Parts: sequence; C-alpha cells; structure tokens
Amino acid sequence: MEETIRFKLNSEEVELVTDPNRILLWVLRDHFGLTGTKYGCGIGFCGACTVLIDNEPARSCMMPVSDVAGKSVITIEGLEQDGRLHPIQQAFIDHDALQCGFCTSGMIMTAVGILGQNPAPTRDDIIFGLEDSLCRCGAHTRIIDAVQDAAEKMKGGEKK
Amino acid sequence: MKREKLTESAEMAGTGMKRRNFFKILGGGIVLLFNPFSLGDLLALPAEQRRTLTKDYNAFLHIAEDGTVTCFTGKIEMGQGIVTSLLQMMADELNVPLAKMKIVMGDTELCPWDAGTWGSLTIRAFGPAMRAAAAEARAVLVQMASARLGVPVGQIQVKDGIVADVRDASNSVTYGELAKGKKLEKYLDVKPPVEDHTQFTIVGKSLMRSDAYDKVTGRAKYTGDLKLPGMLHARILRPPSHGATLVAADLSAAEAIEGVRAVRDDDFIAVLSEDRDLVDLAVVRIDAQYSNDEMKVSDETVFDYINKGEYRVNVVRSAGDTEAVPKLCDKLFENEYHDPYLAHAPIETHTALARFEGNKLTVWASTQSPFGLQDSLVREFGMPQEKVRVITPFVGGGFGGKSPHRQGIEAARLARITGRPVMVVWTRDEEFFYDTFHPASVVKVKSGIDSEGKILLWDYHVYLAGTRGADAIYDVPNQRITSYSEERDRYPVHPFGTGAWRAPNNNTNTFARETQIDIMAASAGIDPLEFRLKNLKDEKMIGVLKAVADKFGYVPGKTPSGRGIGISCGTDAGTWVAHMAEVKVSERTGRVKVLRLVCAQDMGLCVNPQGALLQMEGCLTMGLGYTLTEEVKYDGGNIRDRNFDSYQIPRFSWLPKLECVIMDRKDQPPQGGGEPAIIGVGAAVGNAIFDATGARLYRVPFTPENVINAIRKAQDTD
Repeated sequence: MEETIRFKLNSEEVELVTDPNRILLWVLRDHFGLTGTKYGCGIGFCGACTVLIDNEPARSCMMPVSDVAGKSVITIEGLEQDGRLHPIQQAFIDHDALQCGFCTSGMIMTAVGILGQNPAPTRDDIIFGLEDSLCRCGAHTRIIDAVQDAAEKMKGGEKK
Repeated sequence: MKREKLTESAEMAGTGMKRRNFFKILGGGIVLLFNPFSLGDLLALPAEQRRTLTKDYNAFLHIAEDGTVTCFTGKIEMGQGIVTSLLQMMADELNVPLAKMKIVMGDTELCPWDAGTWGSLTIRAFGPAMRAAAAEARAVLVQMASARLGVPVGQIQVKDGIVADVRDASNSVTYGELAKGKKLEKYLDVKPPVEDHTQFTIVGKSLMRSDAYDKVTGRAKYTGDLKLPGMLHARILRPPSHGATLVAADLSAAEAIEGVRAVRDDDFIAVLSEDRDLVDLAVVRIDAQYSNDEMKVSDETVFDYINKGEYRVNVVRSAGDTEAVPKLCDKLFENEYHDPYLAHAPIETHTALARFEGNKLTVWASTQSPFGLQDSLVREFGMPQEKVRVITPFVGGGFGGKSPHRQGIEAARLARITGRPVMVVWTRDEEFFYDTFHPASVVKVKSGIDSEGKILLWDYHVYLAGTRGADAIYDVPNQRITSYSEERDRYPVHPFGTGAWRAPNNNTNTFARETQIDIMAASAGIDPLEFRLKNLKDEKMIGVLKAVADKFGYVPGKTPSGRGIGISCGTDAGTWVAHMAEVKVSERTGRVKVLRLVCAQDMGLCVNPQGALLQMEGCLTMGLGYTLTEEVKYDGGNIRDRNFDSYQIPRFSWLPKLECVIMDRKDQPPQGGGEPAIIGVGAAVGNAIFDATGARLYRVPFTPENVINAIRKAQDTD
C-alpha cells in the first residue's frame, strides 16, 4: 500500500508516494539520485550508508522511509553551504583522509554527528564515535586527525 | 640535438577502428602513439591474459587545442592514488603544469590495453613506459615548435607547456597552439631519452590526492552510482554453498510481486525490477532446492587436511647441501606455520552495469581488470572485441579481490535476456560468498645455526601459498625452497575460489621466515636485530633494518625481554621493507594491543612521497587484520562469515601510532608501493608478543584464544 511521505531532504521539503517500507538508502539513491550515500553491508555494520536524521547519524540501509516522515535528512550532498565545503569535508581533503573513498561519505556524516553532540571531543571520543564505521583501505589515523582538526576550526568560529 | 624523423601514422598499415574513432571522440589536436609494452613484458604474462602485438595499440596522450594533455591508461583507480602519481610523471616529462593534465582510466575503447591493476606494478612497470611516451611527446612538440618558430631544436626550451626561443622569449608558442586545427597522429622512430632524476621538478614532490574533492562531496561516481534510462536492478539466486547443485526452483511467489520480473536460463535465475528494494524482497521468495556435494573440510580441520594432501612439487631454489649439513649445525629448528583463508572485503561490493545497444555491449564495472572482463565477455557472448566496451569508474577498494569479474558477466547476461540495461550490485553476503580468498597455507621450515649464530641451513617448504616472498633473503650457504601447489583432480583443497590478496602470499612467507629467524635468534641468545644483520649480505635489507631501528629508537636486548618489541623484514614488488612493532599483551585475556608500528621502505624513486605514505599506512593498518582477527570460517562449501559482524576487519580503536620512513633513492628505478608494507606486520607483531610474554605463535591471526593457548603452552614448558 503506497503512502505519501513528506520530509526535509538537504534543507528542501520533499514528498513522495511510495511503499512506506521502502529502504531509505535506495530511496535516496534511486529516487532522489543522491548517490553519495553508499551501500556497504546492508545491515548496519559498516556505516557507508550513514546520513543525518534530525542531526543524528543514522544508518539508512535498514531504515524504512516512513521512519523519516516529518523529519530532516541530510546526506553528504547537503553538507556544502553556499558552495563552501563543510569544515569536516575540507579537513578530509587537507589530511588526505581517504583512499578509495567508498566509506568517506559515511565517515564524514558520522563525524558531523559526533561534533554536533560534542564540539570539543578528545581523540578517544572521536575513536569511540567512529568505531563502528569501517574503512578497508586503512585511512583511520588520518580520519581521526581530520576530525580533530575540523573540531578545532569549527570551535574557532569558522562555522556554526 | 639529433633531428628525429617524424612519421605520420597514415603511413602505418592497418589502423584500427579505435584509432579512427579517436578524433571523433576527442576533437582535434595531436595524438601520440606509443607501444607501452616490450615483447618481453607481454610474454611474461600468462597466455590467457596476453594479447598479441597488434597495430591496435593506441595513444597514450592527446594534446588538445586548449593545451590540455589527456593521458589514457588501462589502469584503474581503487584508492591507491595512481590518479595523482601517473600524472606527476607525465607532467614532469612534458613540462606541463599538473592543472593542464587529465587522465582517462580503464576504458577499453579509449585506453591502451593493460593486463590489470595489481602487483604494485603501475609505477614500476608501466611508469617507465609512460615516461618514455611523455618524453617522446615533448620531443615531437619541440620539433613542431622549431619549424613554427624558425629556430633550431637546440635553441628551444619548454616551461609550463610554453615552447620558447631561449634567445627571444617573445618568440614562443604553447602546446595548445601547436595542436590547434590539427588532427595528427605521430610517433618517433628514434626515441628521445627521459629526464635524469636531477631534472625532476614535479616527480618526487608530495602531492595530495587529486580525487579528494569529488570523494568528500559524494560527487565521485562509482559503478553503482550510474543510472541509465530503463535500467533494472537485479538479484541473482545463489546456492547455499559452493558445490551445491540446483534441483528445483519455484519462481511464482517472487514473480507475484508487482513490478518484479523473474528470468531463468538453466540454473541462472534472477529477479529484476526498477526498484532495488523489490528485488531484495523477491529473491528470498524463490523456493529453491539444492543437492549438496560439500567437501569434508572446514576452518577447524584445514591444516590437517593440507598436511595429508598430494601436490605438484617444485624445488624453486637449491644451493649447497641441505641433506648433510644438519649434522654440522650446532642447533636445529623445525617448525610449522599456519595461515588461514582471508577475505578481501572492500567496502564497495562487486558491481556492474550492462547495456546492449543493437550488437554493441557496454559494461561499467568495479574491476581491477577492464580488459580481462572484456575478454571474458567476448568469450561468453561470442562477440567481436570491438563490439564490447568495458568502462571502469572509480573502484571502491580491490586488494586483489576485484581481479575476478563474475558480476560483469552476470549483468551482461541479464541485459541480454531482458533487453534492458541491468545493474548488479552484490550484497555483502554475495561478496563474501564469491570472494576469491587468500588460500589457507602451511609452511614447514627446518633451519640450523652454528655456535656463533650463523645460519648454515634453510630448508623451506611452502604449501599452497606460492613463492612470492619465499626467498631465504639471508646469506645461507645451504638452502632449498620447495613449493607445493594444489592439483585439483588429485587432491582438491579449496572448496571455493582463492586468489591474490594484497601482496599475495608474501604475508604467509614473511610471517613464517621472520618468525623462524626470531626463534633462532632467541635460542642463540642474540638480539634479533643483530642476528639478522649478522646473517645478511643484502645492503638494501641492512639499510631498511637500520632505518627502522633508528626511527623506533631501538635499544638492543635479548628476547624475551618483556618489553614487547618485534622485528621483521622482507621484499615485495621490488621493494625492501622492514618493520618494528611494540605491543602490550594481556596475559589474563590474551588480548594484544599494538602500540606502535614502524616501517622503513626502500622503493627506489618515490614519485609521490605523500601517496606512498598513504599506501604504507594503509598496508600497516590492513596488516593488523590478518595479524589479529581475520580468518574465514567455513564448513565445506558453506562460507560461515557473510558480513562484518563475524568477519572482523581493523577498527579505529586498534590503530597504533604509525611511523613510516621512505628511503631517499631518487637515482634508482621506482618499485612497488601498494603492497610491501603489509608483509611484515604479522611477524613483527608475533615476535613482539614473544618478546613480551615468551609465548611463540605459529599461526595467524593472534586472536585472544590463540594467544592464551600459546601463553599456557609456554608456561607448561617452563
């Protein structure tokens, strides 16, 4: 049975008529063409599909789209503002904190969530927050450095 | 400068289809033709990967009317960073700013043939050919400029893509102006020399990743991100285990879902829909029965199983007298080392999109071998090669696992059956099931030393892992290296596919050798670094060992010292590498925490030190996986690990402090960088565990259970 589902997607109100059980990941990718959010494991173990739902990181690969009705969803494509990269995106570039790039969107979205909850995290806080996000290329130490650097810069008023 | 003869390709016979298409696709400009492979390179390849030398070799380089230089390569980018380092080499040789350079990768229609992206070969084997091509391109452009500016070649200099008269800088022309209005294909009969390392301006500089912006914004396109009009998503029915045969299948419940179509071609069964979610729902509704013919071997029994086998035996190296010498040794050591199956587990699963347009097939695929996939498709469909195009977008990790490309064939079969473009994105479960694992393997070593700690005997037997990294490397007068490989009709070992896993099998061999060396050093009462140096003649190995010890701040001591420090060294892909690890071991839980990993690498000329550093760090991190946790659990053909819950790859909290040293060897040819730094992690950590606890581990991974058992065993023998 199809339903009309409305939510905010990257700051725009959207509406779609669909089976409410459709998975958010595939709705984002196939319906909205937002392919920055990746399929990695399908059951929430790897974090490649992480998006922000009402500013909290969440795994979109197991989530029915009806769960985001009335909420705000932000994907990697929605992080830039006025053509400016989010400080975490910039920090990933500055630290070469990626290789194949397939986990990168999920890493960045998770990091945005971490800093949203704790603007001044310790190194251990960052590690704890990213622990269930998997990277196979081995960019981990650079990712930690990038998030720490972004936290510093954001505190310095570069953003928010 | 000698005036070289310019030859226009119109004089060449048999220009191929691809070449005629070139200007249609690229617009005007100058195309430089090169043959990137010597006959010897080609013959070194296995027959099925080899293509005959044809006139079909096409351009490496296109110089457009706006001065943009585009480089075409059959290599692919899967995170290793060659998208940056290849351009560095080209830009340096051509005297063009990097900003003016573009790269087109892994497109069988546009790029010169390439066997595949593996073996850390891009820079060391392909790089020199590419540099030669760029040098040739530069010479061609200088000749054209010479005619245009009316000055001899010797009076011309090139900087930033501008060719100028050295005596009158205003008399100049850009590469772009030279290319304007032209549709020229050129090559030189006499090849110009490449730059001397002292002339490098861009090579050797640390450059950040050129693909980072696209990857941090979600703009980078991987195969699964593509969408074609009318495209269907597919899920394919999979057997429960390898060796199972389909007996019956009822597709009616799957087909009953609105918007889902089921297709069947013999035992190849798939469901397709415009929505990915629907095919995920539909595939589990297929009622299928299988007959099982599983092999009676599991992760619990595999090493006994291997030891009972019959193999093809190959003595790879033999020197001195390994039969008589044992009697002359002061101490003899005989040990057996075990290494389990490993999954590649890239975060991007195998993915392909296929489309038939009339009699032309295009497949976009996450593959390390676009031309290999093209060959497979040509065989599968009996199509002419020029009608099959494979395009490789960004690849989300490979590590050897994406050399096989079954998903590309599957997508193409379904596109043929349905007449629609078809996307196949393997689930994580499928990725584990069809992965070509690093093979389980056994190494048996018998070695001996004299009373001074000099190694006299090295008798090394490696089962199923092959010989990469199996060299003794130490100066041993009496040695024999014997390799045992599977003969499936005689004694099948692997119930599933096996293949190359980052630095294929060198991890196995380096773990066995460097543990055995450590055992001898400890028994001789000699510091393990000193023991190695004492038995080495290889200057490069001595160099990296000293460099790693220096970076570590190593203070010599006999093992076990209680400090938890371990050493290893080896060679891979032409590169010399040494590791030191520092660990903390909980003797109560058996848990190992790696505190520091230090690595020194002699890789010859390092084109992009920053890129090489990323690869080293990646190797060290990935190495922690095979060292501490990774092992595929299976029962016959049934793979029990199907996702990241049970198959544990390295996580953030595991990360030790990583410290890397790249030796300055600008005057040496470049060597491999994508794999060497992974080979010594297992042995260095294992030796560090021994140094901390006195417990010796003969098997990776060092899980808490394996470590506790080793500690108990060590305590029992005390």
